[in-house]
Amino acid sequence: MHMAESHVSGAVELTDLRVRRGRTEALRGVSIRVQRGALVGLLGPSGSGKTTLMRSIVGVQKITSGTATVLGVPAGSASLRTRVGYVTQDASVYDDLTVRQNLRYFRSMLGAPTSDVDRVIEETDLSSHADQIVGSLSGGQRGRASLAAALLGRPELLVLDEPTVGLDPVLREDLWALFRRLAAAGTTLIVSSHVMDEANRCDRLLLLRDGDLLADVTPGELLTMTDTTEPDAAFLTLIRRREPDGNVA
Amino acid sequence: MNPGRTLATTGRVLTQIRHDPRTIGLMLVVPSLLIGLIAWIYSDTPVFQQVGPAMLALFPFTIMFVVTSISTLRERRSGTLERLLTLPVAKLDVILGYALAFGALAVVQAAIAVSFAVWVCGLTIEGSVWLLLTVAVADAVLGTALGLFASAFARTEFQVVQFMPAIVFPQILLSGIILPRDQLPDPLHAISDWLPLSHAIDALNAVAKDNQDADYVGGKLLIIAAFAVAAIVLGSITLRRKSA
Repeated sequence: MHMAESHVSGAVELTDLRVRRGRTEALRGVSIRVQRGALVGLLGPSGSGKTTLMRSIVGVQKITSGTATVLGVPAGSASLRTRVGYVTQDASVYDDLTVRQNLRYFRSMLGAPTSDVDRVIEETDLSSHADQIVGSLSGGQRGRASLAAALLGRPELLVLDEPTVGLDPVLREDLWALFRRLAAAGTTLIVSSHVMDEANRCDRLLLLRDGDLLADVTPGELLTMTDTTEPDAAFLTLIRRREPDGNVA
Repeated sequence: MNPGRTLATTGRVLTQIRHDPRTIGLMLVVPSLLIGLIAWIYSDTPVFQQVGPAMLALFPFTIMFVVTSISTLRERRSGTLERLLTLPVAKLDVILGYALAFGALAVVQAAIAVSFAVWVCGLTIEGSVWLLLTVAVADAVLGTALGLFASAFARTEFQVVQFMPAIVFPQILLSGIILPRDQLPDPLHAISDWLPLSHAIDALNAVAKDNQDADYVGGKLLIIAAFAVAAIVLGSITLRRKSA
């Protein structure tokens, strides 16, 4: 059943998505289409609406208007709960359990195979910390434990909110290699970051600012269309084009 | 709902508590110490025989309320609850899992408190000690259920701690410990009829003095259970998969 619809629809389709949080409009009519198996970078400064966009895709965000379709069904549908993995910016794991105890618990709540626990520990390079209490781990290790929990059950779509924050370059490299492997195996990944130099590692980039989608391009297109050589400068150029000097629209 | 997921949650909560031996020690020992203190205060008077049974309801109820409300608040704030609700999990699996874990602790806590009161402090129980234990456990479970429910309305630890004076203290004041309930002004007597702790203490007094029939105690137990079930159901309704 899912196989049939997977050929028809993309992994994620947002149409004119608006989200109001309190008095501010966190997303102002964002339309996006993400292909299956793509590794998509969601870039933008903090406060640009990245987290709200990700929460809308996962289905935990109340939407003001517009539609969000994920793997062919409305975001937040019960059938998506085994098919979408989500990692929040702050590690959402139990600090007073070991890494393995956390993963065993989430595995049984998910109904994933028992062998998944060892697999995700391996994939996130946590083997040497598996039996340590999460509260005693470093920030980067806790983040990876949280990521490991999202890998349980091999979800078709992974939504990762700033998974590489605070990691040393070697670990960052390892994680991007893992994301690339997952995408090659058919998983769709949406990875947010405020580090522009991570842009080059993605198939496609979504640039957000103040709740607006500035661009939906490949890294190559971004550089060509802005006539720049690195993503940071490209982003600046895009913002300037939109808001000419002195004109804060 | 799924029994496997409920029990997995119970096991997870108990594992978390096992990593915190000091909390276990406080939960199990403090009620007995307080009961011992009351017995000592009233050493040469008949007062302990009158208020002792009520204490068996009071301390486990209060302590379970505090421990449960804080630990579920932590779950809400740490993001783990939001993660759980993105998984194929029924809300009741999570809440019942908590209720079972703290309920199990409540059994141990109440057993220690009852044994201490009866065999160390010399509290006279005319009725069945087993029935007394049952009522004490039901009461501790009630504290757990109300704690689960109350944590839904708190955003911070400061707020949840304030729920103790707000929700627990009025029940204590009106439960008949300070003044027998039938001597309260009529409006207060009527209010006390609607507070679960009143019925818990009525039941404990009835068992201790053995002056009522089994139907009376059974009826009181049913009232306590109804409050506990209602609090658990309402608590699970307050869990939201989507937020603004």
